[in-house]
Amino acid sequence: MSDDQVTIEVDGISLPAKKGQMVMEVTDDAGIYIPRFCYHAKLSVAANCRMCLVEVEKAPKPLPACATPVAEGMKISTKSPAAIAAQRATMEFLLINHPLDCPICDQGGECELQDLAMGYGRDISRYNEGKRVVADKDIGPLVSTDMTRCIHCTRCVRFTEEIAGFQELGTMGRGEDMKIGTYVEKAVNHELSGNIIDLCPVGALNSKPFRYRARAWEMIQQATVSPHDSFGSNMFAHVKQGRLMRVVPQPNDEINETWLSDRDRFSYDGIYSTDRVIKPLLRIDGEFRETEWSTVLEQVSDRLQQTDAAKIGFLSSPGATVEESFLLQRIARGLGTNNIDHRLQARDLGDSDNDPVQPHIGTDIVSLESADAIAVIGSDLRREVPMLAHRVRKAALAGATVSFINPPGQQYQFSHQYLATELTQLRAALGALIGAAEVATGKIAPDSVAQRVDRQSHDETHRAVAESLAQGERSHILLGHLAQRHPAFTQIRALASVLADMTGATIGFIPESANAAGASLVGVLPHRGAGGEPVATPGLNARQMLADALDAYVLFGFEPEVDTVEGAQAVETLRNANFVVVMSPWLSEQALEYADVILPIGTFAETAGTYVNLEGRWQSFSGVATPVGEARPGWKVLRVLANYLHLDAFDYNDALEVTVAAREAVPVELQDYRIGPMPSMDGADFGDDLMPAPISLYGSDSLVRRSRPLQRTPLARGVGES
Amino acid sequence: MNYRENENLVAFAPFGLENSWTLDAYRSIGGYQSWQQVLSGELSADDIIDKVKASGLRGRGGAGFPTGLKWSFMPRNAPGQKYIVCNSDESEPGTCHDRDILRYNPHALIEGMAIAGYAMGATVGYNYIRGEFFAEPVPRFESALREAYEAGLLGQNINGSGIDFDLHMFVGAGAYICGEETGLLESLEGKPGRPRFKPPFPANYGLYGKPTTVNNTYTLASVPTILRKGPEWFAALGPEKSGGAAIYSVSGHVEKPGNYELPMGIPFPDLLEICGGIWKGRKLKAVIPGGSSVPVMPGEVIMECNMDYESLREAGSALGTGAVVVMDETTCMVRMLERISRFYYAESCGQCTPCREGTGWLNRVINRVIDGKGRSEDLDMLVEVANKIEGHTICALGDAAAWPVQSFIKHYRHEFAYMIEHGGRSIVEADGKAAA
Ligand SMILES: Cc1cc2nc3c(=O)[nH]c(=O)nc-3n(C[C@H](O)[C@H](O)[C@H](O)COP(=O)(O)O)c2cc1C
Ligand code: SF4
Ligand code: FES
Repeated sequence: MSDDQVTIEVDGISLPAKKGQMVMEVTDDAGIYIPRFCYHAKLSVAANCRMCLVEVEKAPKPLPACATPVAEGMKISTKSPAAIAAQRATMEFLLINHPLDCPICDQGGECELQDLAMGYGRDISRYNEGKRVVADKDIGPLVSTDMTRCIHCTRCVRFTEEIAGFQELGTMGRGEDMKIGTYVEKAVNHELSGNIIDLCPVGALNSKPFRYRARAWEMIQQATVSPHDSFGSNMFAHVKQGRLMRVVPQPNDEINETWLSDRDRFSYDGIYSTDRVIKPLLRIDGEFRETEWSTVLEQVSDRLQQTDAAKIGFLSSPGATVEESFLLQRIARGLGTNNIDHRLQARDLGDSDNDPVQPHIGTDIVSLESADAIAVIGSDLRREVPMLAHRVRKAALAGATVSFINPPGQQYQFSHQYLATELTQLRAALGALIGAAEVATGKIAPDSVAQRVDRQSHDETHRAVAESLAQGERSHILLGHLAQRHPAFTQIRALASVLADMTGATIGFIPESANAAGASLVGVLPHRGAGGEPVATPGLNARQMLADALDAYVLFGFEPEVDTVEGAQAVETLRNANFVVVMSPWLSEQALEYADVILPIGTFAETAGTYVNLEGRWQSFSGVATPVGEARPGWKVLRVLANYLHLDAFDYNDALEVTVAAREAVPVELQDYRIGPMPSMDGADFGDDLMPAPISLYGSDSLVRRSRPLQRTPLARGVGES
Repeated sequence: MNYRENENLVAFAPFGLENSWTLDAYRSIGGYQSWQQVLSGELSADDIIDKVKASGLRGRGGAGFPTGLKWSFMPRNAPGQKYIVCNSDESEPGTCHDRDILRYNPHALIEGMAIAGYAMGATVGYNYIRGEFFAEPVPRFESALREAYEAGLLGQNINGSGIDFDLHMFVGAGAYICGEETGLLESLEGKPGRPRFKPPFPANYGLYGKPTTVNNTYTLASVPTILRKGPEWFAALGPEKSGGAAIYSVSGHVEKPGNYELPMGIPFPDLLEICGGIWKGRKLKAVIPGGSSVPVMPGEVIMECNMDYESLREAGSALGTGAVVVMDETTCMVRMLERISRFYYAESCGQCTPCREGTGWLNRVINRVIDGKGRSEDLDMLVEVANKIEGHTICALGDAAAWPVQSFIKHYRHEFAYMIEHGGRSIVEADGKAAA
């Protein structure tokens, strides 16, 4: 037994424990439940609710299990008469000022106070005095308040301070008048605010969009995965009679812990937006008509077969599932074209052959937390992948030196180095960093770099960043969406690789949307098939396809007007095409102008599928909600279309068979993500007008753009950003 | 024994001198001699702690914890900043000795803090003074501090000794809870005064997370005299386990209320006599011997009692802060308890459930009794609620709120019952005695 091991006895059972652990951690691990309100495994210990009082041998009074450190031989009774008496006492106090009107409270049925009151409360209150009433606060479109119900556990306060990182006063006033303060009003204006709903053990903080929509016991809980970014947060969908009513986190310590970003939590509203396509639409004499699936698919198949395959373009969302992506590229190639791409936002596709087959962050989420140094280049991290920003913050709090080489103006709630760099200056900044790395390491940068950039003009910050990367044993460089969308991405990547090489850092990408990694792997690329196999004659990439009109297009799961590099140009090009098939859950006004056929596919909630996250994890999920109208899961639509096209080997019976086929086409072992040979420095043309637009947190994809609660937040409106 | 010998004075030693709060006056009674010994290397840290231990000095802030022992908990030789903090938040109702120390003998506190700091390896000290002391005690302490700095008694490398000690003053905003030592530290850090749960204790994790010792004003101001006159002298002033003198802050129904520094263990009748006896020739009814939170004692019980830690503990109460609240026969115990319970209700910091919710409950029920709407079951319920607060909270304010309720109802239940039965009429009115 090592020195930091002790043995304690809980209710007569001997349990091993580590010194420094609190009793509650040990009992939780052992599955012994001690009632609690303020304790939360991911937050600091407050010990203020006093619900977890237990009897400890030799202690003169009951002690809070959440704040009592274990000691060798400690004997604890969690259910002795004295312990139960203490717990009951606390329960009585908690209830005296709490409204006893569970039937009209939205938390009813899933309320920690209600649950524990069943076990520890009295039938009838002895309290006959006036009860406390607290005015509610309007804290925005996401979280409803009922502050009279607050039991002052301060979980919301601690979350906002410790996890979200906003240092504001949490509670105002004293004694009975203590209130969770104005500070909440401010605190909800950030990208993780909805977590306080889960944390609040009572009905004081609830989901505003979900308010009074359903009771907990009327809904079925089904596991699913976030469709909005490459973090792959695990979620539960709560479904009532086939309709997705709300989303809550599914705890997974390796990914999202117990949290969800607001984008993941509140986007579901968009599933039921009024512009859902309910039936396939076919343009007949310039007018869209609702048409049977079979008729439309036959039309599509005929038209595509009549078109020269080299004149068909396939464009797919980086948020499409593995199954959808895999089938789409099989159809394209079955028809005989390599004109297929998912890199809708990429400006510089000059060095695609050196792309990793699977873009990922070069490490895994959990390891990131114990990094020594992290440099984030060309990324608006909190908007691109909010939960990744949270992990980077945790790394910083644990001592990592975190640096950002980003456009000015971003806010991070932890100590960091910030090299404010306009995107036009990103290459120059990397040159200076390489120069600084030469100083820090004594190594010399390769000639190819020397010819391209000035390495001399580094200042203190450059040197500090380079030094942190060089000194750290575990250093990581992350290239974000802004870097990947940059018109000189090839060169930025090359320079970042040199920096990584010199400093011994790993280098990785933050893949776009939910599944850019999956789309790459299964070959939604003009130059590679499934598994990264190079194709004989590469097809057109996304930018090329949208520059000059081809004869026909198949668009899968995105809106070209907003989701591509040059939206207006894309729409113009599509208008000039003979035949455009749009597969989308929604009907955008622009689509009416260029589409000939609109096929209603299901959202992530209405289809089974798989996403590959930013660390290479394949996560499959099933459809949780009944598709709206006659919408059908995308993979089914593609399979049936393939049958109409008489393509071989498309007889998949269910989504899983597609998943298996896709998995088999992809090497199981991931390459260690390093850019192998020195990538070419020759990128596409570099024009300021083509610089990527700022990342929009709630404009990231079609579903988010249709979530009314998210669109009403200050963050969506771009005001009062925190 | 003549209790009132000047010889017996500890923290009040320079009282009676003209401008007793000045450096000159303090020096004239031997002030700063001990500190000079420290600076010249004649008095080591171990010596100091041994002497304080031998003196039997116990914390005067209320809990009576042995001071030398507390000092020995500090990781004196561990690297890093350590702090000594003086608790001048004095807010326990009835208590007012710290105020007089700050007004009339501030240098004793400064010297005591410097010595304590040296003994524990703390090079920085803070004196946390309650906000309401702004009129007289704060300026007195402030000017004494200035004098001490000007005289070269404080600062860095004092007199070339290699010893550093910097002392700062901090004025609170007037909250009783900031007198609880960890609430005080939070407040000193600029946060709301909410006690921390312990462990960890301040000696390990105190101000800004650094090892810290918090002592009461009177405790610290006693140290120079102890070192000067010797621990044996100090210990001999009082009985065993209650060394030294106590300042009894006597208030209420006596002829001459005030602060009296007297040897520990003085029999209560003698103390009462020194205070001129019960006023207006009335009879004694009850006494709260150590600040409003300690259990009340019926007059006949305390008349048999000596005023020291052990005797009062054995008699079911406590010496607490030494604030003696004397009540004559006209006092309505229900109203008295209402006043006390209102204080704890108002002063609860609100973070922990039993105290936040329970103190208001207690006060409301007592008020209902006074309003004539009491019910017979209320009395048992009051005691039960108090029992449920006691020992269940983060800090001892919960206990402080519970003890008066338990003891008042235990000793004066009939007065409460009478009021409930008589629609809010007090028993003292029924007896024809005027209400206090
Ligand atoms: C609610 C509460 C209020 C307190 N107020 C004071 C105070 O005003 N002054 C004081 O010296 N100690 C006060 N104390 C005691 C302190 O927590 C602490 O025990 C004391 O300052 C230690 O000093 P000592 O060992 O010298 O007595 C209070 C304790 C509690 C629980
Ligand atoms: S016992 Fe009262 S004063 Fe002390 S921490 Fe709890 S609520 Fe605050
Ligand atoms: S859970 Fe331990 S005090 Fe709240």
